[in-house]
Amino acid sequence: MTTIASPASPYVPTGGRFARALSRNGAGYMFLLPWFIGFFGLTAGPALVSLYLSFTNFDLLTEPRWIGTANYVRIATADPRFVASIQVTFFYVLLSVPLKLAFALLVAMALNRGMKGLPWYRAIFYLPSLLGTSVAIAVLWRQLFAGNGLVNSFLANFGIQGPSWISNPDYSLYTLVVLSVWQFGSPMIIFLAGLRQIPQDMYEAASLDGASKWRQFWKITLPLLTPVVFFNAVVQTIEAFKAFTPAFIISGGTGGPINSTLFYTLYLYQEAFGFFRMGYASALAWILLVIVALFTAFSFLTARYWVHYDD
Amino acid sequence: MSTSVTLSKVRKHFGSVQVIHGIDLSIDPGEFTVFVGPSGCGKSTLLRMIAGLEPISGGELRIDQELMNEVPAAKRGIAMVFQSYALYPHMSVYKNLAFGLETAGMKKAEVAPRVRRAAEILQIEPLLDRKPKQLSGGQRQRVAIGRAIVREPRIFLFDEPLSNLDAELRVQMRVEIAKLHRDLGNTMIYVTHDQVEAMTMADKIVVLRLGHVEQAGAPLDLYNNPANRFVAGFIGSPKMNFLDAGVEGADASSAAIRIGGEKVVLPRHAKGTADGKVEFGVRPEHITIAGGDNRIPFAKVKVDLVENLGGQTLLYTTLADGQNLTVSLEGQRNIQVGSSVDTFVDPASCHLFDADGQVI
Repeated sequence: MTTIASPASPYVPTGGRFARALSRNGAGYMFLLPWFIGFFGLTAGPALVSLYLSFTNFDLLTEPRWIGTANYVRIATADPRFVASIQVTFFYVLLSVPLKLAFALLVAMALNRGMKGLPWYRAIFYLPSLLGTSVAIAVLWRQLFAGNGLVNSFLANFGIQGPSWISNPDYSLYTLVVLSVWQFGSPMIIFLAGLRQIPQDMYEAASLDGASKWRQFWKITLPLLTPVVFFNAVVQTIEAFKAFTPAFIISGGTGGPINSTLFYTLYLYQEAFGFFRMGYASALAWILLVIVALFTAFSFLTARYWVHYDD
Repeated sequence: MSTSVTLSKVRKHFGSVQVIHGIDLSIDPGEFTVFVGPSGCGKSTLLRMIAGLEPISGGELRIDQELMNEVPAAKRGIAMVFQSYALYPHMSVYKNLAFGLETAGMKKAEVAPRVRRAAEILQIEPLLDRKPKQLSGGQRQRVAIGRAIVREPRIFLFDEPLSNLDAELRVQMRVEIAKLHRDLGNTMIYVTHDQVEAMTMADKIVVLRLGHVEQAGAPLDLYNNPANRFVAGFIGSPKMNFLDAGVEGADASSAAIRIGGEKVVLPRHAKGTADGKVEFGVRPEHITIAGGDNRIPFAKVKVDLVENLGGQTLLYTTLADGQNLTVSLEGQRNIQVGSSVDTFVDPASCHLFDADGQVI
């Protein structure tokens, strides 16, 4: 009987699907490793730990003790500063975001008229966005709006006696809103890019139809810009909810006068690093996360009714 | 009632660069005029000046004798169909059609029947609720035309409206636009770089080059009697053959021309240039490989390539001196590559051009 040797079978890696994927894509995962380390070690891990801590009475000095939903119950029922910070933050978000977007769009439209030296103007207008969240600018803002600051000196030229903007609870939050609007550079650049995407033909067709510039803005520019408005609105809303530095510097970390600049993040900071109530601050942080998530979800759910995508 | 358009010494410059050089043109009421020319000839710029989308740098534009230079686009009684269609992507087809009327302050009850009527003419009624992104290229083109119709303008302007469509649809839309012109009777001005579109649709063709009108006239006038080499080469497909030639002798009724070593006597006057050099032009379809019907022997040529298109056969050939000659024969022919064939021409279909390219 003749035996015929079978040809050597091709190499088939042994092990499970995961092992095979790892052997095939190992190099790729190695390149991703720094990101994975950063994400799990510095973002996801601490976030999950803070979720656990929000159900404890952790105070940095003693072992965290599980207290169930007590922190959340207290926040919801017996914390007037929480209510004050929510009010201040919502007022700030709802006023500063639309104003900033409107101002950014206005400047973007002015820059979109094909003026000379456009790159320079773009850089100059973008500058406040780079500097705006810094401590130095917040200090400068404090000087500008102080009782004897530059703003009041300017007003005095017209015989107007300006109030002490920062120490008066009626105006203090508005100075922070103005600071926020002043940092319009980032949404402005995105608006400018969006405006450049709108074909000139559309405006020409509209002008042949007799549409005024005003009507062209409402019927063509704004609807075609809605994807950019949507993006900017979501990003700026999240940023506004997270705003901390200006309020911290201008109020000297107190959120005053009379809680008028007590941003949510500032209140959270006071609880965590002023009173060392880490468990309670973690609960506050998770509530902020839920609020921002709800806002974002609401934006996405309503987008289908007002955001126009070409494709 | 149709509208006339008159351009007198119309000029356009962008900064120091002049792109339209004093154009004189008269478009009769109800005429379908096609501006044709290669890229950069100024045809779209001229159309946009008529539309009011580009300011006129000099000269006069009159619509029905009324000076229009400073009249805003919306008040010229013009509707325009753009190459890109320029449909508003966020509006339904109905809204796109109604936009101009609503802008003019027309009531909804008046707008609806006009939109329906335009949709009916263009057979786009089932599409009225759709958005432009849900339409094919041809359907978008119809909507763009519908947007022009609905305004009931005095003049329709078309800026290369078919160039984004595939070949089959282009032919179909070409027929429909011609039919629309016949039905509506409005003055229409149409820009294209496609001479076939120009020949098939126009009452009058205006051939432009580098901001000048090279020739204006009825399509067959331009085809049969081109004013210069440029028009002769631009109108007609395949394009006219141009051959270097020399005038050997000419009198009041005949001219002896030498082309590629062959001597051809044309029964026409020909004043040669100082050195006797001219350019001889003959269209491929005016050359045959059989005599008769007033045809005279032309040249013996060598066949380099044969293209059988079914209805016609194209021969790419070479004369004895190496000059190329394209021949278009009707029907299907069995001609071998590399063979030599005798060609014949009708002298009445031959053209001579001087050194400046002007017809002799």
